[in-house]
Amino acid sequence: MVAQNLLLMLVLAPFVAAALAATLPAGARNAQCWLAGLSMAVMLLILGMLYPETTQGRSVSGSLDWIGTIGLELTFRMDGFAWLFMVLVAGIGLLVMLYARYYMASDDSFPRLYACLLAFAGAMAGMILSGNIIMLVVFWELTSFASFLLIGYWYRRQDARDGARMSLIVTASGGLCLLVAMVVLGQIAGSYDLETVLKAGPRITGHALYPVVLALFLLGAFTKSAQLPFHFWLPNAMAAPTPVSAYLHSATMVKAGVFVLLRFHPALGGTDAWFQIVTGFGLATMLLGAVNALFKHDLKGLLAYSTISHLGLITALAGIGTPQALIAAVFHIANHAVFKASLFMAAGIIDHETGTRDMRRLSGLARAMPVTAALAIIASAAMAGVPLLNGFLSKEMFFEATYLWNNGSPLDNAAPYIAVLASAFSAAYSLRFIVKVFFGPDAHDLPRQPHEPHGLMRLPVLVLVAICLLIGILPQQVLGGWLQTASLALIGPDLPEFSLKIWHGVNAPFVMSTIAMGLGVLLYLLPRSQIDTGEDSTRLMRRMDVARQYNRSMDILTIRLPRAALRLLSANGLQAQLRAIVLLALAGGWFALRRLDWNVPLPALGPRELVFGLLWLVGAACAIGAAWQAKYHRFAALILMGGAGLVTCATFVWLSAPDLAVTQLLVEIATTALLLLGLRWLPKRDKEIADDRNLRARGRRFRDLLIALGCGTGATAMALAVLLTAPGAAVGDWFLRNAYVEGGGTNVVNVILVDFRAFDTFGEITVLAVVGLTVYALLRRFRPAPESAERPRLQLDDGEQALEAYLFVPAVIMQWLFAPIIALSAYLFFRGHDLPGGGFAAGVTLAVAFLLQYVAANVRWVEARLTVLPMRWMGAGLTTAAMVGAGSWIFGYPFLTAHAQYLDIPLIGKVPFSTAMLFDFGVFSLVLGAIVLMLIAIAHQSLRVASRPAPAPRETGTEAG
Amino acid sequence: MEVILALAIGVLVGSGVWLMLRPRSYQVIVGLCLLAYGVNLFIFAMGRLYIGAAPIMPKGGFIDPAAYADPLPQSLVLTAIVISFATTALFLVVMIAARGVTGTDHVDGKERNQS
Repeated sequence: MVAQNLLLMLVLAPFVAAALAATLPAGARNAQCWLAGLSMAVMLLILGMLYPETTQGRSVSGSLDWIGTIGLELTFRMDGFAWLFMVLVAGIGLLVMLYARYYMASDDSFPRLYACLLAFAGAMAGMILSGNIIMLVVFWELTSFASFLLIGYWYRRQDARDGARMSLIVTASGGLCLLVAMVVLGQIAGSYDLETVLKAGPRITGHALYPVVLALFLLGAFTKSAQLPFHFWLPNAMAAPTPVSAYLHSATMVKAGVFVLLRFHPALGGTDAWFQIVTGFGLATMLLGAVNALFKHDLKGLLAYSTISHLGLITALAGIGTPQALIAAVFHIANHAVFKASLFMAAGIIDHETGTRDMRRLSGLARAMPVTAALAIIASAAMAGVPLLNGFLSKEMFFEATYLWNNGSPLDNAAPYIAVLASAFSAAYSLRFIVKVFFGPDAHDLPRQPHEPHGLMRLPVLVLVAICLLIGILPQQVLGGWLQTASLALIGPDLPEFSLKIWHGVNAPFVMSTIAMGLGVLLYLLPRSQIDTGEDSTRLMRRMDVARQYNRSMDILTIRLPRAALRLLSANGLQAQLRAIVLLALAGGWFALRRLDWNVPLPALGPRELVFGLLWLVGAACAIGAAWQAKYHRFAALILMGGAGLVTCATFVWLSAPDLAVTQLLVEIATTALLLLGLRWLPKRDKEIADDRNLRARGRRFRDLLIALGCGTGATAMALAVLLTAPGAAVGDWFLRNAYVEGGGTNVVNVILVDFRAFDTFGEITVLAVVGLTVYALLRRFRPAPESAERPRLQLDDGEQALEAYLFVPAVIMQWLFAPIIALSAYLFFRGHDLPGGGFAAGVTLAVAFLLQYVAANVRWVEARLTVLPMRWMGAGLTTAAMVGAGSWIFGYPFLTAHAQYLDIPLIGKVPFSTAMLFDFGVFSLVLGAIVLMLIAIAHQSLRVASRPAPAPRETGTEAG
Repeated sequence: MEVILALAIGVLVGSGVWLMLRPRSYQVIVGLCLLAYGVNLFIFAMGRLYIGAAPIMPKGGFIDPAAYADPLPQSLVLTAIVISFATTALFLVVMIAARGVTGTDHVDGKERNQS
């Protein structure tokens, strides 16, 4: 049980730390570093405590039930292999966190960097430890996402944005392929549990879908681990800060691809297809990566291609798949992470202290920074595979694997030669790195005078290089046990005996190694001047420039194709588009209604119907009048529209819906006020628009009239079709039965809104808040058309004084009404749960009270006396609603579960009280804030225009808060 | 009643659609408002019409749902009213801003003849 909790903590700790890091102040750089470092240290500690549980091929697992109905559990499982990988993630993470503290400039955002790095560590931990293959993909995609954020860390730089996007598109598409592969894999194996899948190996490889699964799976792994032909994203990812490159793009994240290759080797591997594809691509990547690395002038570019090459090596080992090869793969994962991370950090130090990473400019740095030089030289010697260093050992094992295993296929026969050639290039670029950067004459045109970095910045490199040496000299003692544990988890009980030794005698791998070294030295030294000053890449690489293909396909997919689709599908102009939509709806309605039997007896007309009919005669006249007048007589149309609204309101009253009537009436007022305010910014329409009466315009109108008639008839028919059928069992009955018992209110409509369906209401008020903010944002930088910029004619004639005198009596009444309306609003609010009213109505009412004050006096007068902070009201409302919702979690209920009871208050008597009422208060507050914000924002426009001649401040308190 | 209400919905929707297809943005706003009335009434009518039925229940105990107005369409419409208010406001502001930017109140931001 303790072990299980520790395992869960291992995944959770970095995420929690990430949340904390994001909230720390920007200046607290040391605190960030401590937080991140400590969380990594805690992970290491937990790993240390859990190690005994993972030896002898055992594993720890713990699970959280997540979505049990679809078999999705958060299962975490750690065996020896995952343990070793986790040590890399946490250990190198610890060093990177320290290094980043000194690498980043003081004006870089530390919270963002550390939060992303920690979240990445968490995602990586989830990926490695996931015991469910679907969850594995989820965490896998999370690592891609973290990588995207981190590559784009300096988002003002074009190359950072492009690199980030490229890496996300490539790795996330690979992740999608992996997801499909995992789903199919789970279906074949009968479970999504990792262990079950791994045990179902023969069933999977024998299945008809095996080739498909394998292809998709490998697409996922190859994109992540930057194998050909998907390698191009990794060099572009070097736009990331160097700590990120060291951590994600050399030591851990790119290893995720080879991690799944090794992890799923029991399930998918061992077939000829596996060998041919995986080994083939691995070797090709290894060779081409190494060749290209030799020609790179950018330090990080060289290291990136070198990483690609080494990932190719590990992939090839996974493809070979013999126990020895798998052991070598695990060993090389660790070794490469150690020496490559240290090299990236060293490159970062060089960049940091000299101001450039261009190897054509760097030279003779061994004199200026001897310690860093010594460390970097040792690390690159490890990369080259020099004896007594860790790289040598795993490279020997790799040679042995390529040399020994023999299935007689052409690829297998070629493997040792490719391996030697690639290693020769590897030695060559390592040598170039050492010779070019640290030796030779002093460079004089460096942007900065080079010197040794801060001791703590160098410390991580020192630690890693020390590990390189330790493993290289005492491999069995340092890493033997862990490697044994990891391999046991991977290969199973029939693990062959192996022991890491520096000296195996003069055997084939040693000869291959010697040839590679010698050849490597020659490869660099003979054409040295061409390499040092020549082109940035080889002709071959340029010819198969996948990045350009990628860009071209992105161009087609994201620009040309959508444009073509737009041309094909969209109409010219809004009207045609709307017409198409309306016609489509009309066709749909006709399709639904055409089979109905219309031979139903119509109900008889009585006096009640007569009055109702008269009412709607007025309503219909208003609606048609509004439609008719909206072009030239906007004000008349507005009033007529209001008339139709009032009739609608009356209908609600008539048909037993008082709540609707109240809300409709209030919203009607607010809408009318809003439109009135907006009217002034429209162009004058006292002259007839040219060619409004010609034949084509008439034709258009006639066509639209037909459509409108069709729609009207359709709506009538549809309404009749429903109204004349007897109702079935309605959901409403359930609400009626339970509103009082469960919701504690007698106004069922309100109970539904704030209790049963509160989540809908929550979404709705969010919409309102978004609209309010959008209105505010749109109007902040608003510039009216020139001809409506001056004051309206009436005001120009009489001036402000006259206007005030003109409105004197109404103004006084409106000011007096302020308090009664507030009281009304409170009344509406409190009775809402039991009687018509509620948060909406109360909010709109109070907003109308404010609006009246604005109408009654000029804006400055009002704002000198009244402080309205609509933003705060909105914020408070949304927060209250969310808090009330979240509060039910504390009591173990789902989000927004309400609790209701009646409180007995002295003097007042029994008062209904429920948490839904608090929620309703949130609704109230938000509705008030949003409406006031919108009205004020529009009303302020005239103020700003009026004061334009004077150099008044532009944002004259559009929002006082 | 049903026939009258259905006709009313038809008139509101018809006028709304007609205005929606017009070229001036103000016409479209008014059209959307009218359409919203029509649609709100339509949704409301889905719960059938109750004349003189009690909308508010007595406190406590079991009640017979048949004697009361259907609350569900009502609460849906209540939401719809508020949302349509919000969209009207948003569209109004977009209209004002577009008018300021393009100099015309045509929905396409340019007059028909000046393409």
